[in-house]
Amino acid sequence: MKYVDEYRDEGVVRALVAHLACQVTRSWVLMEICGGQTHTIMRYGLDELLPRQIELVHGPGCPVCVTPLETIDKAIALAARPEVTFVTYGDMLRVPGSESDLFRVRAAGGDVRVVYSPMEALKLARSHPERQVVFFAIGFETTAPANAMALRQAGREGLKNFSALVSHMLVPPAIRLLLESSSNRVQGFIAPGHVCTVMGLEQYETLSREFGVPFVVGGFEPVDLLEATAMLVAQLETGRAEVENQYVRSVSRRGNRAAQRLIKEVFEVCDRKWRGIGVIRQSGLRLRAALGEHDTEQLFDLDDFHAEEPAECLSADVLQGLKTPPDCPAFGTRCTPQNPLGALMVSGEGTCAAYHRYRGVAESRGRR
Amino acid sequence: MCLAIPGRILSTEERDTNRIARVEFGGVIREALLDLVPEARVGDYVMVHVGLAISRVDAEEAEETLELLRSMDALDYAGADG
Repeated sequence: MKYVDEYRDEGVVRALVAHLACQVTRSWVLMEICGGQTHTIMRYGLDELLPRQIELVHGPGCPVCVTPLETIDKAIALAARPEVTFVTYGDMLRVPGSESDLFRVRAAGGDVRVVYSPMEALKLARSHPERQVVFFAIGFETTAPANAMALRQAGREGLKNFSALVSHMLVPPAIRLLLESSSNRVQGFIAPGHVCTVMGLEQYETLSREFGVPFVVGGFEPVDLLEATAMLVAQLETGRAEVENQYVRSVSRRGNRAAQRLIKEVFEVCDRKWRGIGVIRQSGLRLRAALGEHDTEQLFDLDDFHAEEPAECLSADVLQGLKTPPDCPAFGTRCTPQNPLGALMVSGEGTCAAYHRYRGVAESRGRR
Repeated sequence: MCLAIPGRILSTEERDTNRIARVEFGGVIREALLDLVPEARVGDYVMVHVGLAISRVDAEEAEETLELLRSMDALDYAGADG
C-alpha cells in the first residue's frame, strides 16, 4: 500500500536506529501521545531497538480509554432502552462500564449497531424514523470533524430522531496538565500526527514556548516514529525546544482550516473528565446550544451517574507516563483483555493491552 | 482510534450537498467524503478517517523525505547493525 509500505522498510529502520545510537550522549525520557503510535511501537518492538538511553513512555492519547466511566454507564443505560438504536464505533463495544458493557447489552437484546462512519448513523435515523437513534460521539480532534459533519447535517435536515452522546476530548490541555505536574519526567513529545493533520501546529508551538519542551509531530509507521524520535533527540542533544514536523505528507502548519471551522460551528470547548485522570479544564467539546435538539443528554432523562474506578487499577499513573503496565500487580492476572479492570486493557490501543498482546505478561515483567 | 488510512481517489461525484469519492485502499474500495479537502482530485491520495478525508497527501513532500531517508540508508549506515 503506497504511503504505508515504504515506511516499514527494514533498511531504513536499521539506518535510523544506527543514526540514533551515534547521536545520543545521555538519557532522555520521551512520550508518544497517541495510542495508535503506542500500538506501532509495541507491535514492531521499536522501544527495544532504541539505544538504552532513550526511554519511551506512553501518553493518554486513546480516546476509547479516557472516555469517563460515567459516560460509558450512560451509554449502556441508553442502549438498553427499547426505543433506542444505539450506534457506536466498534472500539467502544467492550469498554467496561461499572457493571456491564455495550457488547453485553447487545447480547441481551439491546439494539446496538457498530458503524465505520458517523454518516451511517445518519442513514439509520433517516430509514428508521420510528426509532431514536443515539450516536456515541467520542474521539479527539481527528474524529471531531466527521462527528460534527453528521450533527450539522442532522440539524439541516431536522432529523428529530437523531442525537449524539458527545464526549469529545482535546489533546493539548492533557499535555499541559502533564507538563504542569511536579512529577513529570517527560522531556520531549512525539505529537499525534492525525490530530495535528486537523489542528495544525500552533497549539503545540504555544506549549513548546511556554514549557521549553520540544515536540515533533510524528506519523504512525515504524520509520515515522523512529525518524520523529531521532528529530526529538537531535533537538534535546543540542538544547533546542521547537515544534518540528516529521509527518509532512499529511500535516501542514495551519492544519485543515475547513475542519477547524466545522468543529467550531458545531461544538464548543468545555471542561471534561478523563477516565483515570480526572477533570481537565477546557479539555472537551460539547454540542452548541443551537443543536440542543440533537443532544442526547438534553433529550433523555438520564440519571446522574457516579462511578468509582477499581482501586487496584493503575491506569491513572500509566496514562501520565509515571508507570508502565508491568508495574501493576493486577497486570495479566486479575486484569486481562478478556476481563479488564480498566480501559487501558480493553481498547486495542490502550497501553496495557498493547503490552499484553505484543510482549506477554512474563516478558513484560522480565524486561521491566 | 485516530487512525487515518491513505487511499487513492478513483472518482468523485456531488451528492446532495456533499462531495463524495470512491477511494481505493490497497485493493479495497470505499466511499469517502471530500468536503474538507476541496483541492483533492482524481488520482490524488487522501488520508481518510471514519469515512471523511482529513488531508490530501503531499506527494512531493513525501517523496523528498523518503529520498532523504533512503540516501541515509545507503550511504551513511551501510551494513550498520543497529
